[in-house]
Amino acid sequence: MTGDSMSDRRRMVVTKVGDLAIVKFSDRKIVDSANIEEMGEEMFSIVDKDKCKDVLLNFEGVEFMSSAALNKLILMDKRVKGVQGKLRLCNLRAEILEVFTITRLNRVFDIKKTEAEALKAFGISI
Amino acid sequence: MAESALGWSLYEKIPSSLDVGHATIERLLAALQVNRWEGRDLFHIQLAIEEAMVNAITHGNKQAEDKVVEVEFRVDPLFTFMRIKDEGAGFNPADVPDPRDDDHLECTNGRGVMLIRELMSEVRYNGRGNEVTMIKHRSKEDQSAELSEDQEDLPAEN
Repeated sequence: MTGDSMSDRRRMVVTKVGDLAIVKFSDRKIVDSANIEEMGEEMFSIVDKDKCKDVLLNFEGVEFMSSAALNKLILMDKRVKGVQGKLRLCNLRAEILEVFTITRLNRVFDIKKTEAEALKAFGISI
Repeated sequence: MAESALGWSLYEKIPSSLDVGHATIERLLAALQVNRWEGRDLFHIQLAIEEAMVNAITHGNKQAEDKVVEVEFRVDPLFTFMRIKDEGAGFNPADVPDPRDDDHLECTNGRGVMLIRELMSEVRYNGRGNEVTMIKHRSKEDQSAELSEDQEDLPAEN
C-alpha cells in the first residue's frame, strides 16, 4: 500500500491514504507520562494541523498501555468527532482489548481486528 | 531486599518521581518473569501497579520533592503482593465515580482505581486512603500452562 508519509513525529508514524491518516505507534509500551503527553499532542495535530478528519490508529506491536494513554484516545475521539470525522482502532492485542471491554470503552470506539477490516470500513480496499 | 532464584521481595521508600517509579516497576517485572508470571496475569499486574504508582506520585504526593512513596513487593510463582503508600491526604475510593457509567464513559479520570479493582484478586485501602494493597493470585489457566511447561522438561520415558 502506498501513501504519503506525514511530518516528523517521535511517538508515531503517520501515513496518508487518500483522506485517511493511518497511525502506527513507535513505542511497544505506552506508559511513560512524558511520552503519553507527546503521543497526545502528535495525534491531535493530525486533526488540528494536518486537517485529517478520518484517522485509523493501528496498534500493531503495542504490548502495553496505561489508563493515561486511554485518556488521550478519548480526547482524540472527541477531536475527530468535533470535525465530523471518524476514528477507528485496529490490531489491539488481546490483553489491551480486554481493558477496553472492562472499561466499556469498546462502546465508545470503533475497534476492528485487522487493518484490512478497518480500511474496508473507511471504504478503502487494498 | 531478599532475593532468591524463585521468590523475591522489595521494600523501599522512593522519591515522588515518575522516572524512579517506573524504574522500580521494572524491577518488579523482572522478578515476575523469573517467577514465570506471563500472559494475562503479568499484564494485569503491570497495569495495576502502573496505575497505583502514578496515582501515589502524582495525585497523592503531587510529585513533591520532600515526599516519598513507600513500596513493598513480594513475589513467588503463585502469589504477588504489592503495597504502595504515599504521604498525601488520601481519598475515599467509593467517592470516585464509576467511569463505566454512561454519564462518565468519556471522562478522563477514575479509570485507574476501577482497573485495579477489576484486575486484582484482592484490593485493600487503609482508612485514610493513602495506601493501597493489591494481591494477585496466579490464575488457573496460567497454572495449567506452567504445569505443561514443567512436564515438557521431564526426561522422556523408555
